Amino acid sequence: MKAFSAVYWKEVRENLRDRRTLINALITGPLLGPVMFIMLMNVMVNRELAKTDRPLSVPVIGAELAPNLIAAMKSASIDPAPAIDDPEIAVREQRTDVVVRISPDYAKAWVKGQAVQVELIFDSSRRDASAPVARVRSLVEGYGRREGAMRLIARGLSPTTAWPVQVAYRDQATSQSRSALMFSFLPYFFVLTVFLGGMYLAIDLTAGERERQSLEPLFVNPVPRWQILAGKLGAICTSSLVSLLLSMAAFATAPWFIPTEKIGIALDLGWRFASQVVLLMLPLIVLLAALQSLVSAFAKSYREAQTYLSILMIVPVLPSALLSVVAIRAEPWMYAVPLLGQNLGIVQLLRGDGMAGWQIGLCLGGGLVAAVVAVWGTALMYRSERLAISG
Amino acid sequence: MIEVKDLHKSFGEVRAVNGVSFAARDGEITGLLGPNGAGKTTTLRMLYTLMTPDAGQVLVDGHDATADPSAVRRRLGVLPDARGLYKRLTASENIDYFGRLHGMPEALLRDRREALIDALEMRDIATRRTEGFSQGQRVKTAIARALVHDPRNVLLDEPTNGLDVMATRAMRHFMRQLRDEGRCVLFSSHIMQEVAALCDRIVVIAHGRVVADETPDALLAQTGEPTLEDAFVKIIGTDEGLAA
Repeated sequence: MKAFSAVYWKEVRENLRDRRTLINALITGPLLGPVMFIMLMNVMVNRELAKTDRPLSVPVIGAELAPNLIAAMKSASIDPAPAIDDPEIAVREQRTDVVVRISPDYAKAWVKGQAVQVELIFDSSRRDASAPVARVRSLVEGYGRREGAMRLIARGLSPTTAWPVQVAYRDQATSQSRSALMFSFLPYFFVLTVFLGGMYLAIDLTAGERERQSLEPLFVNPVPRWQILAGKLGAICTSSLVSLLLSMAAFATAPWFIPTEKIGIALDLGWRFASQVVLLMLPLIVLLAALQSLVSAFAKSYREAQTYLSILMIVPVLPSALLSVVAIRAEPWMYAVPLLGQNLGIVQLLRGDGMAGWQIGLCLGGGLVAAVVAVWGTALMYRSERLAISG
Repeated sequence: MIEVKDLHKSFGEVRAVNGVSFAARDGEITGLLGPNGAGKTTTLRMLYTLMTPDAGQVLVDGHDATADPSAVRRRLGVLPDARGLYKRLTASENIDYFGRLHGMPEALLRDRREALIDALEMRDIATRRTEGFSQGQRVKTAIARALVHDPRNVLLDEPTNGLDVMATRAMRHFMRQLRDEGRCVLFSSHIMQEVAALCDRIVVIAHGRVVADETPDALLAQTGEPTLEDAFVKIIGTDEGLAA
């Protein structure tokens, strides 16, 4: 215990004096997530807003042929802009999102009661144009349906003859679950924060110490190596825990910067959410500290360790990436898989569903087992003769 | 008292240490002399339990290094080949760290640290961070932290390596002081003058074996050479890897 606290406090004191470690643990790590989150959310919210009320200016070719359609567009705040000569090229060169082209024989066909063509020229590979395109399309289709209904009524038929099936939408999403869909990448930020918060310390305490040739004198002291390792892991865990706590505090302020109420989603990142996230992350903190130390122990220099660890950093992305691309139904065993379990749990908390006791238990248990294995592996690595020899 | 009995250590094909035996007594300075690559550092690393011998035995004050490494480490003060200090800590903090790892009570640690700072004449650098220390200042700090727990046996791997003339003189003076306190001092060197100037006993190592284990006078008598330098060359068979 005495050796543990000697190592722990020495590492804490030494690294409090290192600007690079401090900046990473206290500023870059904790703030990277919230800042990126707020920026991404603002982009997404603005795009959601663009789908609805904002006036949209759309070039229309042959506007004079269909005054009623134009009037319908105007009433849905889609402003017809003057015609342009080269609509296909303009769309491809991103000068405009969508162009409406009314066929020259529109007026003639309309009078005869025949089908007429209205072309929408757009580029489906441009995601940012999809909202305006969808708005114009639904307007034109709605206009067509309305006019069709009028014609049927004029002939004494019920409009339902032509549309026997009606689709009715009953969306069960709550405002919180809607937001969870958008925040499915949030858990990764927490993992990243923990990773970055401990990374520089882990490198410095193993590969760095080896590179500076201080590991050999250290191991000559009459202290079992696992105790030295324990002190070092304690210091790394402290650093990543502080990072996580700072990050959670920064995230709690995120709703102030995101106009969530405008698109009808709720975001609850208060202390209740924060404390549950920290609880779920505890085993990961130990697991990552051990893994980082283990990987650094293989490296001969600080730089080499940095390279290895940036590769290791990709691993925690996988569950988040998987969950945001593939919709997986959460099976009970998934909660016991480290990283995946935390991901599922945090998204669940964001949805406002809360977590059942057994889910939290599996999450902590699975993480703890993985952490113990990682610590044990690192302890074995620490016992090797090779580790202490710097040359 | 350090006893080494028939030590062996191989790294793959290379037999770094191949049957080394000697004893270093209390109140004596024993020099481990040999050319670069003769196996000195590996021998010392087995002495201070960093490496486990393939065969053979190391006894420090009667404690077996393989069976009870902690007891051996408590009785040793070691200046290893690697002298890395913690550059963001002051010299004093570096010394304290090792004292605490030895489990020393704070009051005793403070007294012992201050005594060493005086003995090594490093008062002026004691409260400075070790970043930017000269080679001599680094070695002093490394020795102070190695001896903070007041060990009976002192192992020094090439203690004067990289030191200037003044620092070397101070180091030799300090080593004699340790001997006069009744400690067992064992150091390695590839510099003949140093060994000649300091040692009560010389153990010559070449190709992983002990080729001589004598007092300086006996060594001269045995080889019939007028100077120690000639005696060494005759024993080792070559002057490669040695420095005058």
